[in-house]
Formats: sequence, structure tokens, C-alpha cells
Amino acid sequence: MPVTLRDLPKEKLLLPGNASCPGCPEALGLKYLGMALGKKVILVVPAGCTSIIQGLMPGGAFIYPTLNVPFASSDAVAAGVSAAKEILGEDAVVVAWGGDGGTADIGFATLSGAAERNDNIIHICVDNEAYMNTGIQRSSLTPYGAWTTTTWRGKRENKKELPLIMLMHKVPYVATASVGYPLDFIAKLRKAASIKGFKFIHLHAPCPVGWRFDPSKTVEVAKLAVETGMWILFEAENGKVTISPPSRPYADKSKRKPIEEYIKLQGRFRTLTKDDIKILEKAVDDAWNTILKLAGK
Amino acid sequence: MVVKPLTGNYAAAYAAKLSRVKVVAAYPITPQTTIVEKLAQFIEDGEMDAKMIRVESEHSALAAAYGAASGGVRAFTATSSQGLLYMHEMVWWVAGSRIPLVMTIVTRTLGPPWNIWTDHSDIMDQRDSGWLIMMAEHNQEVLDETIKMFKITEDPRVFLPGMVGLDAFILSHTTEPVDIPDQELVDTFLPPRRQPYVFKPGDSLLMGNVPRNLKENMRMREDIHNSLEAAKKVIEEVDEEWGKLTGRRYGGLIECYRCEDASHFIVGMGAWVGDMREAVDSLRTNGIKVGLIKVRYVRPFPREDILKWVVNAKSVVVFDRSVSAGSAGPLFLDVAAHLMTAGIHVPVKNILAGITGLDVTYEDIADAVLKSVAEVEETGKFSRFIEWYYGR
Ligand SMILES: Cc1ncc(C[n+]2csc(CCOP(=O)(O)OP(=O)(O)O)c2C)c(N)n1
Ligand code: SF4
Repeated sequence: MPVTLRDLPKEKLLLPGNASCPGCPEALGLKYLGMALGKKVILVVPAGCTSIIQGLMPGGAFIYPTLNVPFASSDAVAAGVSAAKEILGEDAVVVAWGGDGGTADIGFATLSGAAERNDNIIHICVDNEAYMNTGIQRSSLTPYGAWTTTTWRGKRENKKELPLIMLMHKVPYVATASVGYPLDFIAKLRKAASIKGFKFIHLHAPCPVGWRFDPSKTVEVAKLAVETGMWILFEAENGKVTISPPSRPYADKSKRKPIEEYIKLQGRFRTLTKDDIKILEKAVDDAWNTILKLAGK
Repeated sequence: MVVKPLTGNYAAAYAAKLSRVKVVAAYPITPQTTIVEKLAQFIEDGEMDAKMIRVESEHSALAAAYGAASGGVRAFTATSSQGLLYMHEMVWWVAGSRIPLVMTIVTRTLGPPWNIWTDHSDIMDQRDSGWLIMMAEHNQEVLDETIKMFKITEDPRVFLPGMVGLDAFILSHTTEPVDIPDQELVDTFLPPRRQPYVFKPGDSLLMGNVPRNLKENMRMREDIHNSLEAAKKVIEEVDEEWGKLTGRRYGGLIECYRCEDASHFIVGMGAWVGDMREAVDSLRTNGIKVGLIKVRYVRPFPREDILKWVVNAKSVVVFDRSVSAGSAGPLFLDVAAHLMTAGIHVPVKNILAGITGLDVTYEDIADAVLKSVAEVEETGKFSRFIEWYYGR
């Protein structure tokens, strides 16, 4: 069911004065999480920017109960919490909220284990495409060509297809989302919360600090990722893939904006050559072909 | 009450079941594996009302047990050796979070090379983490202390996690008659779970975000230390209470054997304490007045109990089954430091033996002690404080 602004609670679940940078996509995502699931959430947070965003102990800017946990452990801790809540008969939605590093790299075995066991949790990968908390180092989800502080001349490897890898785990629910499309994200969160078992949502989260763009442009960059076809919004319930409404027009290649429009806003792509851009363009086409096939189109 | 032949591992599994553990998360590793297997069987057969989370690693085993315990239920895990090192990051996290839970450690040496035999390198590597750490001498003690550990760790004066150690194979896979208490007895003994906080939906509780004030942060560390100090009394109380219910009192943090009139002392822990008892008997028949201090709890360290016995001793020989390479055996280091700070100037020596699982017999122990005692009797001191002992 589509979500409209009227459906959203006014109560703030991420308090003002939190420690995020201006234009922070993770802070946006956390707000939407609160709007979507309200007070049912128990949040499990591995090391990453969100460890900092919540502010300083003994205070804190989160009103969700939050366990901060070691970098590689979030889904296993979440599985334990979820088991306890079920045993105690409490109605909770346990959410592991990890960055691209905490999800796709150091946390990957833990993620895969929880998915295979179908533990009753939602994992959200808030993907700002690098290790931001330690100062912008590359991850397996950093795109080809991007500058980071461990790839000074641009990353030479491709971004890992994590949503597809999670789809192949045959879990009940996999979706991609973007901080540029909050209503789509919120609808997906609500659907995920209504399903028992393992749910994975991959949230694209353009980071002004690491990607080198103006902090007022977070949403614009996020939207351009979708409009150029660089990020495809879809969901899969029990393996059945559907392209989500914001991405639907871009199944048609001619409707996609040129990827340069997305790239030129970001300092991290400053050193891209024409050939590099061709490689990225091909990656976009390949990704679309795969997803359209999966969607039976 | 029934007496059954049980391996050390099954004794641990029965104890977890009797303690009404609600979540078990564990990963196989020799020699721990039969604990998880037995618990899986109890759960699948409906003999135990618990959920098993069959995790993909030890890091996740402790993470999942920790999540469940933070969510408000009794949780249990078990591991050995490489598995314990793999979860080391979580070991610290659980203690720092002040979340009580119990973990069995079937002690096994560390690689390389691959080696499954016992020594205490794995468990002693955890001793700075803030956990209560105890080593059992026999399978009955494994069962008793696992149940007691739930009570001790869930006591508000403690609120820390605890490890119960047992030696690979010597206990884990060796069958001994074990008295399994009735469920009703354990239910009377073990109150419903208590813990400092529980994560519940709607309750804005944050654990572990960045501290504003490092003084507060350092106080949290001191508080763990102080709670371990406070745990000494709790361990004794619980030992006494269990003793009243079952007739089995162990003596709290240490157990002494033939200490009353002893002038030389052996200190050791774990399964080979059984051999040390025999060594003491054989030395005594040779007229040497030796007493044995069995360390049950390494953390909190039984400073007062040990000092009380050795204050007028002629010598102390500490046996370590692991070594802090570049310094000395960890048990020895603790004993020596506490003697020194109490102003007790007794010759003290470290025998490093049984490391990597090298077999040590009671004759070996008697031989090593006999030579040490002879040296002290003759010269009044030890010429070297460390001896690597490879057998006779
Ligand atoms: C075991 C371990 N290794 C390394 C670190 C250091 N570390 C903390 S956060 C982080 C990167 C986080 O990156 P990501 O998961 O992408 O999240 P982001 O900061 O971008 O939100 C690293 C490497 C750690 N905390 N623990
Ligand atoms: S570095 Fe990026 S993701 Fe991290 S807090 Fe700053 S804006 Fe947010």
C-alpha cells in the first residue's frame, strides 16, 4: 500500500541536536525508520557513522532502544534480541542498521548466517559506499572509479551486487531503497515489519562528506542515482521481483538521464576518464538487464 | 536426584538445561562440540524449553547469546581454543555491557600447529576482560558450578558474565558418576533472572554510545573491577547455599588439600589438581609437609584466601598450564604480585608444565615439587623462578 505524508507520525524519533554532519543521509534514514515503525523498533548498531550520530552518553538523540555492538556482530545480536522478545511475548521489530562495511564486508558472514537461518529481523544496509566513520576508505560497495582515502586514483573494482546476493539467500523479503524516496522506503519498512523471518533493505545513502558534494544536495544526488539508473529501486517478496514505482520509467534506457549528471556533482569521481564512464554505463545496462530478467520483463 | 555416568561436556549440558536456559547459541569446535550436540538434542526432544540459534561462527555465538540476554532471557554458549579467540571481541563487549550470561570453556591449546589437547592458554587469555572465570577439577564440579554461575552472575552485586572451564578430554570426554540434582531443587536455588536492564520496545535505552566524559568511562571500568571484588563474597555465599542443598561445598574461591600443617605449598587449577592431590599424598609419605591450594576462581583472584595459607610458608610452587610469553605463567604472576604487595617474602617458583597438552602424571608433579622443596630446604631460595618442565 502506498504511503502518503498524512500517514506519518509527527513525533520525532531522532531528536534534533544529534551529531550527524550537515546533509547526512544516515540521519535522514533514521528519521524515516522512526516514522515507519514508531516505537516498536529495537535498534542494533554496529560500528559506523550511526554510532556517532546518536550523540554522547549518558544522553543521546535516539528515542529507540539502541544496542551499540561490535562491527561484525549486528545480525547475530539482533537474532538473539529477537529470540528473547519472542520468548517473552513482546511485540518488537528488531532492526540491525549497518553501514556498507558493517554489512557487506566485515559483517557479511554474520549477515549471511542470519539470512540463511531466516532469523526474524530486518537488516538495513545504509550504503554510503565507503567506510565514512574512519575517514572515507573504500568498501566492497564503493563504485568503480570512486576516489577514497585508500583508492586515491579511483577504485579499480566493481561494486558488489549485494541486493542480488541477498535475493539468492531466498529470504522472504529483499528491497532496495533510497533516502531520496522516503515514502517508498517507509512503505518497504512497513511491509518488511509485517513479514516474519529475515528481511533485507539496502538503503542508498549519498554522503556529502565522503562523496564530495554540497551538503544541501543529498536528496538531489540520491534522486539522480535513481534517474540515471545507477541505483534501481525494487523489492522481492518471496523471491518475486517487482521494480518499484520511482524506478519504473528507467527500465526504458532512453528515459534515463546521462550518468554524467550524477557523476559531475561528486568530487569523488573527479578523476574519471571517458573510458571509466563507459565502464560505469555498461554496469548500469548490465544491472538493468539482470533486474528486468528477474522481474520477468 | 539421580547419579548418572556423565562426561564433563554432558555435565555442562545438563546444568544449562536445569538452569532453564532459554536461548542457546553455539558453534562446533573440538572438544566442546558434544555440549552443543546434547543441548540441540534436549531441545529437539522437547526436554528443554529453549531456542537454539545455530550460528555461523563463535563471534556470532556469543553475539547471539548476548542479544538474547540483553533482551531479558537466560542465555548460554560454549566454546574452546580458536573459537574462544575468535569471539574475544564479544567477550569484552558482554562484560562491558554488564550483561550476565554463562559460557562453558572446554580448555584447549592454541595453534599453530593444530592441536586439540588441553592447556589453559585459551581461557587465561580472557582474564583481563571482566568475566568471572573458574576452572573445574571434575565433572561434578562442572555441573554444580555451571548452575551456581547463573546465580552468581545474576546477583545485583555482580551483574557480570561468567566462564566455567574444564580441561579438554581429561574432563570433557571422560565419564564420571555425576549427581544430577532434581529440577525442583535447582528451581528453589535459582531465582528468576535478574539483570541491570532489558531492551524493550518503547523504552528509550541506549547502550554503548560514545562517552561524553572519560572519567565516567574509566569509572565504568573500575566498577567492573569492584564488582569482581564484591563477587568474592557472593561466590562464598552461593557455595554455602549449594552445599546446604546438596551436601557439596567446595570452599569458595579456592579449595585446600592438606594445608593445615603444610610448610610448602603447591598452587594449581583444573583437572590436574586431581594428580596434584596424589602428588601431595606421595610427598607426605616421604615426610614432606606439602599442601595444595586449588584455585577455583582465577577471576576474581583469591588474594586473601591464598595469602592466609602461605603467610608462614617456606615455599610456594605455582603450576601453570599456559604462559604469558616473555614474562611468566599467569597464575604465578598473580600469586607473586599478591605475595609481594602483602609483604610476604616467601620463595616462589613457577613450573610451566602440561602446555600444549603434554601429559603430566602425579609422579611428574611429585618429582618437580620434591626437587624444588629440596633446593629451598638447602639454600632458602629458588635459584630460578621459572622452570619449563617436560617430565622425568
Ligand atoms: C573489528 C573492527 N575493525 C575496525 C573498526 C574500525 N571501524 C569503525 S567504523 C568503520 C567503518 C564503518 O564503515 P561503514 O560500515 O561503511 O559505516 P559508515 O561509517 O560509512 O556509516 C571501521 C573500519 C572497528 N570498530 N572494529
Ligand atoms: S560522514 Fe556522511 S554518513 Fe557519516 S555522519 Fe557525516 S554525512 Fe553522515
